[in-house]
Amino acid sequence: MKTVRIGSGAGFSGDRIEPALELAEHGAIAYLGFECLAERTIALAQQARLADPDSGYDPLLTARMEAVLAPCIRRGIRILTNMGAANPRAAAAEVARIARKLGLTGIKIAAVTGDDVLSRIQAAPHPLLERPGETTASIRDRIVSANAYLGVAPMVRALAADADVVITGRVSDPALFMAPLVHEFAIPMDDWDALGRATVVGHLLECAGQVTGGYFADPGYKDVPDLAKLGFPLAEVAADGSAVITKVAGSGGAVSLRSCKEQLLYEVHDPARYYQPDVVADFSAVRLEPDGADRVRVSGGRGAERTGTLKVSIGYRDSFIGEGQISYAGAGALSRARLAIEIVRERLRLTGVAVRELRCDIIGVDALHRGPEPAAEPAEARIRVTGRTDSLAEAARIGNEVETLYTNGPAGGGGAWKSAREVIGVVSTLIPESAVAPTVSYQVA
Amino acid sequence: MRLRELAHARTGDKGDISSIAVFAYDPGDFAFLAEHVTAAAVAAHFAEFLRGKVERYELPALGALNFVLHGALGGGVTRSLALDAHGKSLSASLLEMELPDPQQAD
Repeated sequence: MKTVRIGSGAGFSGDRIEPALELAEHGAIAYLGFECLAERTIALAQQARLADPDSGYDPLLTARMEAVLAPCIRRGIRILTNMGAANPRAAAAEVARIARKLGLTGIKIAAVTGDDVLSRIQAAPHPLLERPGETTASIRDRIVSANAYLGVAPMVRALAADADVVITGRVSDPALFMAPLVHEFAIPMDDWDALGRATVVGHLLECAGQVTGGYFADPGYKDVPDLAKLGFPLAEVAADGSAVITKVAGSGGAVSLRSCKEQLLYEVHDPARYYQPDVVADFSAVRLEPDGADRVRVSGGRGAERTGTLKVSIGYRDSFIGEGQISYAGAGALSRARLAIEIVRERLRLTGVAVRELRCDIIGVDALHRGPEPAAEPAEARIRVTGRTDSLAEAARIGNEVETLYTNGPAGGGGAWKSAREVIGVVSTLIPESAVAPTVSYQVA
Repeated sequence: MRLRELAHARTGDKGDISSIAVFAYDPGDFAFLAEHVTAAAVAAHFAEFLRGKVERYELPALGALNFVLHGALGGGVTRSLALDAHGKSLSASLLEMELPDPQQAD
């Protein structure tokens, strides 16, 4: 029976480079997907593109392609990635440049566009999914990007047209891995169960190392070998949609029932209704079974008819955040840290810093989890004061009031650090799928 | 005993919603977990910062309970003031939950 082997080369924009090369060289894969586009990344990329029309794609595109393009082309491995971010065509041109530099010829690179729906979103108010009763009218002047999550269709077109590399902007994360399955097995776009099974495979692969032992180890409870050499996953997918999740033999990490269970439900709300552009996938009857060392068989995915709407991520200028940190140690560290926080609070009041929201933490005590008072005095205490403001200048004043504790605060404060930054917020809405018209353009290097 | 002795967990985030999936190490403990790790118990565990409701989905075949915590991420990952804006560490906090000793529970 025909199987298709698909590897996952990155689970976020900053992910490790060399596991993808290991998959290309030793994974016997036919496809390699890279998921690199977080919710907010595209808004930042859009701003970069406004400043320079040739930019706006993932900053690590060049490094990743320089590492994997030649071995992939040599072995006939086709690459799919959303590293096009806000500018897939410029990203395709960059890949063509790398191909020529590497002496590769006849490489066909597809750029998928059409996810950018900024003008449509700006033309009329759209209800915000996260804020009932509120519409885009409340952020209209501050919107910097609006991108619809596209499905597999344009990527499948590119694969049918023999593209070696397919570069997209915003597409659903699993779709990067579903597109090769739809292409190879000619899955009808109304075979909801088959699309549901493909979604399960895509969902397990999209975060790369998170299914092979990353984001998992807990010494003494869940031990994982060789995380410094963590192997990224590949799926062997059969025509019936069942699959085996595994990794390159000898690589670090572990593919186990437990690691696969954790990833199956990662970022899932109702497991029976996982909304995708192409299908409403149903994970509720998924079965996971051991299939040898570092091999887990997955089956039982289902699906229901797609909604006909697409989710749109809208990036907007939200606010500014200023932050400062400083540490205390030894006897009385916690008392001095608390005194330091009191001083900063009072200074922000006295000097009239316009803070809309303020948060004060003691790292190592209550910065992550607010709980009961620590039973024992900590050996060290690091304060963190962070606040939201309406301008970068106001935000900077928060960190300054922490830094001045050096000479004006409690005894023995060391290691002060400060930052001030603009915050691009992200909200969502839905649009009819008929409102987008994805386009595929090609370059041959 | 602590939930950590019976289960492992993973946190995910979307906007202002944190999802925490809890998995029985031993499938035989699933019913015990389902009885004690309720949506209300999870809401109480995170009462300090939680601003919305908690939903629970049961997946007995996986020995899993999936919790969806609304209003859990300080207004949303992209604008939160929290050190751990994604709430990645919430799974470890949930595993601190105290449960009755399973031998004495019934």
